[in-house]
Amino acid sequence: MSVAILRQGDYLIASIRSDLSDTQVLELREELSELVGEVRARGIVIDVAALDVIDSFVARSLRSIVMTARLRGAETVIVGIQPDVAIAMVQFRLNLGQLRVALDLDEALALLDRLTRRDVGDGR
Amino acid sequence: MAGDVRVAINADADLVEARAEGRAMAERLGFPRPDPTLIATAISEVARNIVVHVGQGEILLRPVEEADRYGLVVIARDEGAGIRDLEAALRDDVSGRGGLGLGLSGARRLMDEFDIESTADSGTIVTMKKWRMRDELARLRAERRARG
Amino acid sequence: MDREPDNDASSLLQELVAYLRDRRTELREEWARRISEAELLGVMSEEEIFSEATEVYDNYVDALETGSIETLRTYARELSERIIPRGVETHEVLGIVLLLRDVLARSLFARYQEDPELLNRILDAYEPAANRIAVTVGVSFVEERERVINEQQESLRELSTPVLQLRERLLILPIIGVLDSARARQLTEQLLGAIQDKRARVVVIDITGVATIDRTVANHLVQTVEASRLMGASTILTGLSSEIAQTLVDLGVDLGMMRTVGDLQGGLEEAERLAGYRDAEDQTPGDAES
Repeated sequence: MSVAILRQGDYLIASIRSDLSDTQVLELREELSELVGEVRARGIVIDVAALDVIDSFVARSLRSIVMTARLRGAETVIVGIQPDVAIAMVQFRLNLGQLRVALDLDEALALLDRLTRRDVGDGR
Repeated sequence: MAGDVRVAINADADLVEARAEGRAMAERLGFPRPDPTLIATAISEVARNIVVHVGQGEILLRPVEEADRYGLVVIARDEGAGIRDLEAALRDDVSGRGGLGLGLSGARRLMDEFDIESTADSGTIVTMKKWRMRDELARLRAERRARG
Repeated sequence: MDREPDNDASSLLQELVAYLRDRRTELREEWARRISEAELLGVMSEEEIFSEATEVYDNYVDALETGSIETLRTYARELSERIIPRGVETHEVLGIVLLLRDVLARSLFARYQEDPELLNRILDAYEPAANRIAVTVGVSFVEERERVINEQQESLRELSTPVLQLRERLLILPIIGVLDSARARQLTEQLLGAIQDKRARVVVIDITGVATIDRTVANHLVQTVEASRLMGASTILTGLSSEIAQTLVDLGVDLGMMRTVGDLQGGLEEAERLAGYRDAEDQTPGDAES
């Protein structure tokens, strides 16, 4: 299976296991979109450590996931961007605003905790 | 030519193969990191254009060995209707998505040489090359030559 | 008489090769003697010279016989690999090969001098082959030296861009000296690797020791900062000279986006704050572009 999605409390953790075809990326987007609503997730972590290429399509799709999730009340953090991939993305000048990143899962969960705690402070 | 690797591009699953072959060849040639990733990413962009805009085409990967340097040539070919406005295609649009979403401008930034020919009659050929000097001395010699 | 020059040369070569093999012991000694006289290979002991001389002699004669320089090239490279670390220099290697060529030539001369016409033909066969051998050995040696120099430069570069872990989650990369493209590339790889290995949250890149950088390298620096960001680490650039600051501005880098602090000390304090070691007034969540 190329992507495993686990639930940890209020969060969804999507682990990408191998290089994905475009179709698989779109499937991931669909699945996360559904799940966020289903389980009322407050945060999503997408682990891209297994991706050794992140091109414009993947970047667009990640942005799309982030925006859709936000509309449904969840923040998204991308983790595990590999060094070479980071260099490629920067040299490519992929538009990266809006994407939250963290080094690894622990960092991502800590970040989500901070972010969702802030939301609570909003008085919703 | 000996050493050439061809990947038929008919569906998006073929992009996975094209990326993998590109990376493998780059590593075999001895490209240091992060070049194999840069090359694979550029391949991904041009191969996707073929799938999305034409549906069928080919990626040719060719290793080049010269005295002072080695290189990898990527030739992405399709027989579609051609890109009408090349200039727009290569420009970054305001949102930074890379003109018309084609990602060609990004691919160009990742490679050392980039050439594109596109007509309605013969389709589109994108030729991209990445080079590495074999060693420090070759690099210094090349720099000296460039300075004249 | 119609003679195929090739056949003639090749059969002559066979003959002189047989002769050189026959006289192997004495010719090799003669050669070793002349090497000492010329004060070459001073770094090697007599036993070493003798054993290498034996191998070289045999390979030399083999090359004469087969005409194949591939085997010779391989041998020459291996030999070079052995003797370069000993400090043997290029002029010594060329010197001894040329001496061998001469010792053998004189010996052939002595043998065939009674028949000048035959001698001429022998030398016609011998000379081009011997010269090709000399060139091959010389070039192999030089190429091997270049390879070694490259390796050493690579190591030097690695040593000179150390990424240090100041505290947990906090790395510092002090850069000193000339920063060129190659070094900048290596620097990026090392830094990003260290961010991953050490799970760094903050990196301080100190360029107090760098006087000036060109646009390419400045670009590289900016890309390094951005790439670090993508891996979840914040970067603080410290020690910018006014010249470098100007270069960055000219490049269109929004210095407001990049955290820069004038001096290293200030940078470290800021870094500790960011990494959570001091009171964080403003813990900015991990935006990919801030």
